[in-house]
Amino acid sequence: MNTINIKINNKTVEANKGEMILDVLNRQGIKVPTLCHIKDVFPSGACRMCVVENVKTGKLITSCSYPVEDNMEILTHSQRVVDSRKTIVELLLSSHPDDCLYCVRNNHCELQDLSAELQVRERRISGKKNNYHIDRSSASIVRDPDKCILCGRCVRVCEEIMGVSAIDFINRGSKTIVGTTFNKGLNNSSCINCGQCIMVCPTGALTEKNHFAEIRDAIQNPKRTVVVQYAPAISVSLAEEFGMSPGEDVNGIMNAALRRVGFDMVFDTTFSADLTIMEESAELIHRIQNGGQLPMITSCCPGWIKYAEEFASDFIPNISSCKSPQQMMGAVIKSYWADKECMSPENIYSVAIMPCTAKKFEAQREEMTSKGITDVDAVLTTRELGAFLKMMGVNLHNIEPEMVDSPLGFRSTAGKLFANSGGVMEAALRTAYYKLTGKELVQFRIPAVRGLEGRKEAKIKIGEMEIGVAVVSGLVNAAKLLQEIREGRKDIHFIEVMACPGGCINGGGQHIGASEGALKARISTIYNIDDKEVVKVSHKNPEVKQLYDNFLGEPLSHISHELLHTHYQKRDVLK
Amino acid sequence: MCANCNNNKTFLLEEVLRDYSTNTRDAQTLNKMAVFNNEQNDIPVVFVGAGTCGLGAGAGQTLQAVKDYLQQKNINAKIIETGCIGLCSSEPIMDIKLPGFNRISFEKITTDKVPGILDTIFELNVPKTNVLCQFDSENNRKWENVPFITEHPFFAQQKRLVLKNCGIIDPVNIEEYISRGGYKSLVKAISVFSPLELCEHIIESGLRGRGGGGFLTGMKWKFANKEQSDQKFLICNADEGDPGAFMDRAVIEGDPHRLLEGMAIAGYAIGATKAYIYIRAEYPLAIERLKIALKQAAEYGLLGKNIFESGFDFEIKVKMGAGAFVCGEETALMHSIEGKRGMPRPRPPFPTTEGLFGKPTVINNVETFSNVPEIIYHGAQWFAAIGTEKSKGTKVFALSGKISLTGLVEIPMGTTIREVLFNIAGGIPNNKKFKSVQIGGPSGGCITNENLDIQIDYDSLIAVGAMMGSGGLVVMDEDTCMVDVAKFFMDFIQRESCGKCIPCREGTRRMLEILESITSKPRTGDSNEALERFKGIMQLEKLGKVIKDTSLCGLGQTAPNPVMSTLRWFRDEYEAHIFDRKCPAGVCTNLRTFKIDVDKCTGCTICSKKCPTQAIIGAKKSPHFIVEDKCIGCGACQEACKFEAISVL
Amino acid sequence: MAGASIHLPFLKTPRKTIIINTMENIQQILEKYPAQGRENLIPLLQEIQNFNGFLSQESIVEVGKYLNLPSSKIYGVATFYNQFRFQPQGKYHIQVCRGTACHVLGSATVLETLQKELKIKAGDTTADGLFSIEVVACIGACGLAPVIAVNGNFHAKVNSDSIKEIIQNYKNREI
Repeated sequence: MNTINIKINNKTVEANKGEMILDVLNRQGIKVPTLCHIKDVFPSGACRMCVVENVKTGKLITSCSYPVEDNMEILTHSQRVVDSRKTIVELLLSSHPDDCLYCVRNNHCELQDLSAELQVRERRISGKKNNYHIDRSSASIVRDPDKCILCGRCVRVCEEIMGVSAIDFINRGSKTIVGTTFNKGLNNSSCINCGQCIMVCPTGALTEKNHFAEIRDAIQNPKRTVVVQYAPAISVSLAEEFGMSPGEDVNGIMNAALRRVGFDMVFDTTFSADLTIMEESAELIHRIQNGGQLPMITSCCPGWIKYAEEFASDFIPNISSCKSPQQMMGAVIKSYWADKECMSPENIYSVAIMPCTAKKFEAQREEMTSKGITDVDAVLTTRELGAFLKMMGVNLHNIEPEMVDSPLGFRSTAGKLFANSGGVMEAALRTAYYKLTGKELVQFRIPAVRGLEGRKEAKIKIGEMEIGVAVVSGLVNAAKLLQEIREGRKDIHFIEVMACPGGCINGGGQHIGASEGALKARISTIYNIDDKEVVKVSHKNPEVKQLYDNFLGEPLSHISHELLHTHYQKRDVLK
Repeated sequence: MCANCNNNKTFLLEEVLRDYSTNTRDAQTLNKMAVFNNEQNDIPVVFVGAGTCGLGAGAGQTLQAVKDYLQQKNINAKIIETGCIGLCSSEPIMDIKLPGFNRISFEKITTDKVPGILDTIFELNVPKTNVLCQFDSENNRKWENVPFITEHPFFAQQKRLVLKNCGIIDPVNIEEYISRGGYKSLVKAISVFSPLELCEHIIESGLRGRGGGGFLTGMKWKFANKEQSDQKFLICNADEGDPGAFMDRAVIEGDPHRLLEGMAIAGYAIGATKAYIYIRAEYPLAIERLKIALKQAAEYGLLGKNIFESGFDFEIKVKMGAGAFVCGEETALMHSIEGKRGMPRPRPPFPTTEGLFGKPTVINNVETFSNVPEIIYHGAQWFAAIGTEKSKGTKVFALSGKISLTGLVEIPMGTTIREVLFNIAGGIPNNKKFKSVQIGGPSGGCITNENLDIQIDYDSLIAVGAMMGSGGLVVMDEDTCMVDVAKFFMDFIQRESCGKCIPCREGTRRMLEILESITSKPRTGDSNEALERFKGIMQLEKLGKVIKDTSLCGLGQTAPNPVMSTLRWFRDEYEAHIFDRKCPAGVCTNLRTFKIDVDKCTGCTICSKKCPTQAIIGAKKSPHFIVEDKCIGCGACQEACKFEAISVL
Repeated sequence: MAGASIHLPFLKTPRKTIIINTMENIQQILEKYPAQGRENLIPLLQEIQNFNGFLSQESIVEVGKYLNLPSSKIYGVATFYNQFRFQPQGKYHIQVCRGTACHVLGSATVLETLQKELKIKAGDTTADGLFSIEVVACIGACGLAPVIAVNGNFHAKVNSDSIKEIIQNYKNREI
């Protein structure tokens, strides 16, 4: 290793040649504030918050973009540096609405934290504030350009991680805003609603669209039966909204909390994840055995679906026709369960708790209705659920766990895996293996498809057959894989695509500001559940079996096609 | 190409390639060369200065009038449209070279003057008016009582290397450029030096970048030379955006081949085979002439593949800017060429390591490149002998504002500002008092009376809070308000800031607002507003410091300079605006308070009709009054009043 | 020479008053450039604007498809530079110089008067499509300051009164 010595705050430390000063500082435990910095992405140097003083040249340099030099001397908190940082924050505040008390990001806003850290205690700089329109056109995401500090993280995530580029900087100088082509509403753009922009936004400029009012109305309405479902990732993520340790599984507590705030029935989307596996594995086998379009691609992720409709419409025939677990659950609730309870579907208000903002969009798609009734009426993100519970005075810390409701509550651990990138794949393979060989997998873990990497590939032997599988998350990775297939790659039969890097545990509706460690904790909790519990495959879920026996018949039956499958179409958007 | 041209080409190329060290040519060759460069002519030659400034002053009409005249009188003469010789205030300029006579130059030739002047000169008499000077040459008769150009005060103290041919030669005729020694430096560079030696030679000459920073040009080249890469790029920055600067435009319009030659030499030195000239779209004439020059150079084999069989390929493309001042910054410029938003990126990595399309790239401006052929031609030592110890060579300045002669001057480094303003440019017109000169445009600062005797070089200017910049000199007299000047530059920078980094984007906006509040009447008398205003003023210096310290690129780092500099030298003017709410120069109209003299007012009502805010009331035929609260100080009433009844309080 | 009109033909930008969206012609322009890489984006936009007088939404989308670039990026680039417009120019396109010399001699008042008179802001076009205003950096006619150019015709040494006359003259042509 090529190491050199540099002096930080008069203390000599070792640094690797070519690395950025910021990396050394982080390793040394010296905190230098950043606003535009995204780990592992080429530094943009826009916010200037991370400036440090280069003693020898007397200049302030940005530590995120300046590589270490032999024998350089750096001051990270000299008066000049701290004053400069403070002035920069004050400048930002001078054009910021600073209506923190009314802001969804109050108390977890990076700008707020910085101004507190730097002891901004007086409005020294004032001037004309920005006054732009709030864009509420999207079903999932609300943009408030007034609060935007133009750090550009959203632009870069949208381009570099998602490959969508729905937004970019528009105009120049103090008139710069982040917006879509011709600054139209986000709904006209190619935005896939993944919400990763929200995850990186340091302020309240990007938020999810809130549905509290409708849900509260429904809860208050005595004629309505309010049903809630929660995605596999929620139980391992919600804890962080309440300051509990990352990855803590609060499934039972959450059941109780949901009942406390007035939900009549509490179901688990993991149940319908199992259902999805039944349908999807049947479809995969059908395609393989009948010369259907391959590779088959999963359809659980609504961000990916919109992306495909816009950018990869040539692959629409490859995408599984299965609805996502959220929509399957919605459809089953308003048919099977409604029948069972002798209830009219109109009187059911169906809420889904999702780690995802794109699910809000998915729920309002035209295809996701049957006979004019929407499968799912409202979607809350993990964050919103946290806020909703707090608003209703429910704190997770002192609640006794409760069981989920039956018959749409029992789950296998395979369904639970849906939270992680690679999980759908693993669950589907377990069931497909059984269906094709009549035997259960001995080694139920498939390590090749686990982990945070953007692309994972494996060759799986099922009986005589070897099938190639690929798992991608972060749509840039999906785009690359699809291009390889366009160019003639033939060894892949089944692909799992998740829009968000790492899958739903890192979805756009999750806790903001989670570290990589927190993500890993969520992932490992899911796998721990899988290790510990007994029912590890979807086809052994008794309630799913019951559903088929009593209602659907068998996978890919006429009725399941009507309720659980859908279709996609090429979308013309401003892209 | 016609046969004749082809013959010329062969002859001229031989001339270019002729061994440099034996600089003797036979009489026949010399004669032939003299024909190419219009030293010798069989028929009269009329030159009209047709640069942008000349055309703006009516050179197009003058040209037409000359053509009409010649046609009418049935005179067979050659007409050449030259670039700008630099004396913009004398445009349109027309020169005449009669066979056997010295070339004689006339100033301010509007269409009506053309017949008279031409009549006289064709009778071999010197016209009584509009004579500017004559050019000296050995083999021609001189005009009696006409000063030589070297005697004209505007030109006498100049040393013209970059501007050598400007306004003299036909810019779109490569034959003339070659006949004046053009492209010989390129040949010398390729045949005498290795690329690395060439870099060393330029280092030795002491040439520093003329675009602002003043980095040693040869060093920059050497950095790029040392990089290993499959492709390197050379870029000429001709995105001259400073208000009040037009040197690059004049050089390209007047002598484009000089730039191309300089670039080819630089390309050889760093090992670049591809080059771009990034030029403002607002310079259509320069672009047109550049394209013609490029075509000619390619036809002559002076650009393109395997130049003179040396194995050196060099290709130049013209890229038009789309209107963004910040693209004068190196990394922003490269982004713009790449088809992106012209936003700077942090350095390091420097362009010489990772530049255009990620490849090693050298960026110099027009003036820098245009110096190179002279350096190679005469040698580094020769160049290093001009100027001061740390600033070698000459510098071109664009003079404008309240100065008698406006235009372009090229002076050796070390000349004092006083000499430039008062000896060369004739001082301040209308008996007004000199106040200050703004040097370096929006990034620069002002130089006051006390500092007029400092030498012009990179370091002395920085020492007094100004900078060389690209070379705009805007002169201000006592009628100029320095707060208004600072506001003008801040407004400019604020609009041109790319918006990427916070200190520049938000900081310049706030500084402008503060300056605006200083130069306008308080909207209300409320104490909160007064406090806010006061706070703002307290912030100016502090904000300026942080913007300088923390901005991402040169634009931001120098953005506060005009404010800081005026604040340093003209604090009293700021104080007058702040405390007395008065603009001493009477420029900040919003601070003016008008009064109607009841004795002079006849009640004609014209002023109240002109007033845009209905601030003047009064009955017909009786004295009127100004409602102070409504008055915005525009001065429309004062302009309209025929009885001089309205005055500034 | 107040109000004198000098024509600089090279400053005139070819314009069309009525924009018939001629996608075919845009295709022709596109095909002059290689279909890959961003390098030709700005020249392409410049040529399209020269042809159409402005950049329409359709043309931006077309350019995006051709170069395989997201339209948001193209719009982002186009809005960065002063040169590009997104509305058709008026029949009479007025350029107001805001260089140093013009500033010193009162170009701010000229601009203000123009905006007031035409009831539009710089960068906009009047509702009847007759006039549009553009603020330009120094156009190098400092000797004529303050100067405006209407479709490339220079009007020298203008003031708030003469500007009203100039506008009226153009309006009168339309009657």
